[in-house]
Amino acid sequence: MHSPLKSVNSISQNPLRVLRQQDVSAREVLVRGCFRTVIMIASVVQRWCGTPLPRCILLFKIYRKKTPNYCMSYSMLRRCWMNKLPVLSNNFKMQLLNLTTQIDKQEVIDLSKFPVERIRNFCIIAHIDHGKSTLADRLLEMTGAIAKTDKNKQVLDKLQVERERGITVKAQTASLFYTHRGQQHLLNLIDTPGHVDFSYEVSRSIAACQGVLLIVDANQGIQAQTVANFYLAFEAQLTIIPVINKIDLKNADPERVESQIEKVFDIPREDSLRISAKIGTNVEKVLQAVVERIPPPAAIVHDPFKALVFDSNFDHYRGVVANVAVFAGHVKKGDKIVSAHLGKAYEVSELGLLRPEEHPTQKLFAGQVGYLVAGMKDVKEAQIGDTLYLQDQPVEALPGFKPAKAMVFAGMYPVDQSEYPGLRSAIERLTLNDSSVTVQRDSSLALGAGWRLGFLGLLHMEVFNQRLEQEYNASVIITAPTVPYKAVLSSAKVIKEHGREEITVVNPAQFPDRSVVSKYLEPMVVGTILAPDTYTGKIMTLCLNRRGIQNNMVYVDDHRVMMKYLFPLNEIVVDFYDLLKSLSSGYASFDYENAGYQAADLIKMDILLNGRPVEELTIIVHRARAYSTGKAVCERLKDSIPRQMFEIAVQAAIGSQIIARETIKAYRKNVLAKCYGGDITRKMKLLKKQAEGKKKMRRIGNVEVPKDVFINVLKRKNK
Amino acid sequence: MIKHKMRAAGPVLVAGTGERCLSALNSRQFLTEDGAVSAQREILVKEASLYIHWPYCLKRCSYCNFNKYIPKGDNNHIVSQCLQQEVATLLQLSQVSRVTSVFLGGGTPSLAHPSTVSDILEAVSRQSLQNDDLSRLGRDHSAHHALQTVEEARRLRPGKVSVDVMFGRPGQSLASWEAELSELLQLCDDHVSLYQLTPERGTLLFKQIRGGEVTLPGDHVMAEMYESARRTLQRHGFEQYEVSNFARNSEVSHHNMSYWKGRQYIGVGPGAHGRFVPLGLGGAHREARTQTLEPDVWIREVRRHGHGTRRRIQLGHLALLEEVLVMGLRMTEGITHKHWQLFSPQLGLRDIFGSSADVQEFFHRGQLTLDDGGLHCSRDGLALLDSMLPTLLLELERQQTVESAKS
Repeated sequence: MHSPLKSVNSISQNPLRVLRQQDVSAREVLVRGCFRTVIMIASVVQRWCGTPLPRCILLFKIYRKKTPNYCMSYSMLRRCWMNKLPVLSNNFKMQLLNLTTQIDKQEVIDLSKFPVERIRNFCIIAHIDHGKSTLADRLLEMTGAIAKTDKNKQVLDKLQVERERGITVKAQTASLFYTHRGQQHLLNLIDTPGHVDFSYEVSRSIAACQGVLLIVDANQGIQAQTVANFYLAFEAQLTIIPVINKIDLKNADPERVESQIEKVFDIPREDSLRISAKIGTNVEKVLQAVVERIPPPAAIVHDPFKALVFDSNFDHYRGVVANVAVFAGHVKKGDKIVSAHLGKAYEVSELGLLRPEEHPTQKLFAGQVGYLVAGMKDVKEAQIGDTLYLQDQPVEALPGFKPAKAMVFAGMYPVDQSEYPGLRSAIERLTLNDSSVTVQRDSSLALGAGWRLGFLGLLHMEVFNQRLEQEYNASVIITAPTVPYKAVLSSAKVIKEHGREEITVVNPAQFPDRSVVSKYLEPMVVGTILAPDTYTGKIMTLCLNRRGIQNNMVYVDDHRVMMKYLFPLNEIVVDFYDLLKSLSSGYASFDYENAGYQAADLIKMDILLNGRPVEELTIIVHRARAYSTGKAVCERLKDSIPRQMFEIAVQAAIGSQIIARETIKAYRKNVLAKCYGGDITRKMKLLKKQAEGKKKMRRIGNVEVPKDVFINVLKRKNK
Repeated sequence: MIKHKMRAAGPVLVAGTGERCLSALNSRQFLTEDGAVSAQREILVKEASLYIHWPYCLKRCSYCNFNKYIPKGDNNHIVSQCLQQEVATLLQLSQVSRVTSVFLGGGTPSLAHPSTVSDILEAVSRQSLQNDDLSRLGRDHSAHHALQTVEEARRLRPGKVSVDVMFGRPGQSLASWEAELSELLQLCDDHVSLYQLTPERGTLLFKQIRGGEVTLPGDHVMAEMYESARRTLQRHGFEQYEVSNFARNSEVSHHNMSYWKGRQYIGVGPGAHGRFVPLGLGGAHREARTQTLEPDVWIREVRRHGHGTRRRIQLGHLALLEEVLVMGLRMTEGITHKHWQLFSPQLGLRDIFGSSADVQEFFHRGQLTLDDGGLHCSRDGLALLDSMLPTLLLELERQQTVESAKS
């Protein structure tokens, strides 16, 4: 822990020891001027092509990407890149003074000495395991944020789940000091989750950035998430720097990857950096590119203070710790600030940089990124996307973010009801730091009291579950995921009841009857699959079985194919990815993004035991898939319901029509053969256990169903 | 073939049965009902059967999970001595004045020197044996020998020899079982125990089944085999009196009946179980007692303390009733009201099971009956007893809880 008191003292005695040495060069002034212009006149593309590289790259921000015609606008820009780039890179090589000044952690940083022109905000995006966190480790080491040791592995990935899965879930921020051409720069690295499930986190991070490093594995090439992440950055109009990583690997083929990048993203191959984050090759060039290609933030120091809350954490001692990007003015300890969202005023008690550990400073200035503690007690007070301003200088709020929309729902129940309060507090604490999870209380006759949680996607759900188990030692039952359907109501009476015409249905029990509905809608996604072309046939069959419609298919190189499919989300949430992986021997990668709703022939299917419906097994299903789903559920039930003293009919029904049936035969003999003196103790123990188990069984008519059966049938299968 | 059959038939029981313990009860019938009950309740703690465990076998049978050891050297004499000593100590602890039967089990008790049996019986009679009932269990490993043994035993004790038969062996079909049983019944005396082969955890057979090397007949076939055997035995004049036991000419095993009737028994020898009130220790409640499992350790303990009791658990009122219920329903006659009253003076069978909807279902399906005779399984119900017991135990617990809340 840093001692704020010590920092305060040392500030007065030790002013600007490091930063004093540097002057703002004439060039910086020039850039600064240009920068402002760019912001104001964003449309004059051509003129900028003649300007030096940093400004040229700014142009990247200017064209607007809209899916159907982005290629056109991009190629126009690309030409101007092509023209300028080789010359400029040569220039850079000559001009490189390349001095990395390391700032001792103990030293006090006067952030006022960093004009906006010498600030860069960037993030790193990549497919899982392409080396994002390793590159972050190297950047942190090279800029002295952390000591250089072999032990730096995924420094920014603090959660156990992140380290185990090699993914980033929670965005972290680290401010780096880097001297380029004799000028010290403040580079804010905002680490982002790699998966589109966490695109909410990504887009939050992106909002605070002007550029991204797009990492691609030199061996694996472009993968599904690379594509998805590229579009996120592309839509946000950020400068994209392609970085081909792992060139030290034996099978590395950076040339192939460069041409993939050129083909798929239309970024000239010359723009790609070839590095090995693991052994440090060319990592310095990454830092140079960050300074040279990424524009400084559009921030104005002299305007009133205005900051964007792009993330928040909860600390038990200090309350909410908000991560902020300052867009204008400055803020200091003791300032009275206001949240635009709530209109509530707070006093700033602590603020500083994240390096990546918290490093308290006196002030934060426009263009800078850091943390801020202001006595907010509830994480809801630091709404992500909220704008903060000074109490006496109100400003217009920033656009903010669209709230994250849960697309995958699952029931979550404690394994034992006595663990309910513990699980509740674990979920509460976890959602404090992951506001994208929606929580609704729910109860199941079989599984007891629990919750229906909404997640952004499947990985998000798995990660949440894993964090619950690892960080809160909670063991939970998670039901198979479902998706939110919609129904457009036709009956005036029902519309009046709901207060609207279109309703969202998350729980099958609330699925409205066809007679009061004009149409049902189901959520759709666009899935991107990348795989070697030898698997194309199998993959297409799988997609077809899942009601997928192929949008396009492109060879990204000689033998890798990228396919895009429009899928009903429901068809991919349960086991699609597992099947895809197994039929492609693990070579296919898959990712998806939401693509709105489409009308669908949905029906409600009941599962009956001896004619009585089992409420918790009701399923909403597409008519075309009703039979196979019903049969599968009946078979699973047949295998897991223990035989009883009478025959049990397991049926799937749509309305009164039975579409599948399995029969569980009655026991004909169930009695211990030998029961004498020595057998009694053991037999009694077993019987008492069975009697206890009976208490927990769910009765459907006269059929006793153990909880395990519901778990087996409802649970998401383990991978 | 016969060798296979007989080996699978397992232990050949040479049982002697006697009537005197029954006559002892009959003689008190002139008393009033209540008086009879209280007198019988008194007898309950004065009487016990005795189980003696001989822990050694020459080889391991793949299906057997009894507590048995292959002897390293000849210590028959020491074991024999210790068995005598433990009998003496435990009889003293229980203050039992009448031992109704003695059962020598194992292991392979026929491996014990004949003098062991007489030595133990001497020890018993010195204290409490009233020469009522004496059983000896023998076991052999060659089919031929087994047949000879049965014949010899029948010659010695006509009408008192029991044969154990086992069905549901790997590879057995319904037809082959039926043929085998008919053949075996030619040799049998008046008592047959019929066991379904049950793979027990820890046995070779269990491993073989799990590993897929061996397959047992399916549940459906097993049920058919049991049914068919019940019919065949009945045709041959054997009356079923318990789930697995059949007797001709009323030659039931009194020793085993005492387990099912919830009477006291004293277990002697490594791993033996007992149920008795240790009056000699001033105890007032029945205890579930287990002797030390491992023979060498057991020997040491008997020599040091006079007995090798490893575990003593006091059976509460409910636990005792649970055992009486579970064991009693195994008998075709079930639990009579009188028998139940012996253990549960406050709550009768009708109080407990008369109003439960779940139990009513068993009545409706004809699997269980509650009438003036008491609570008993039907022929079909007996084969399904273990499916009914959890429900019955829950009901017993519920009513017992209500009852004890009242008082």
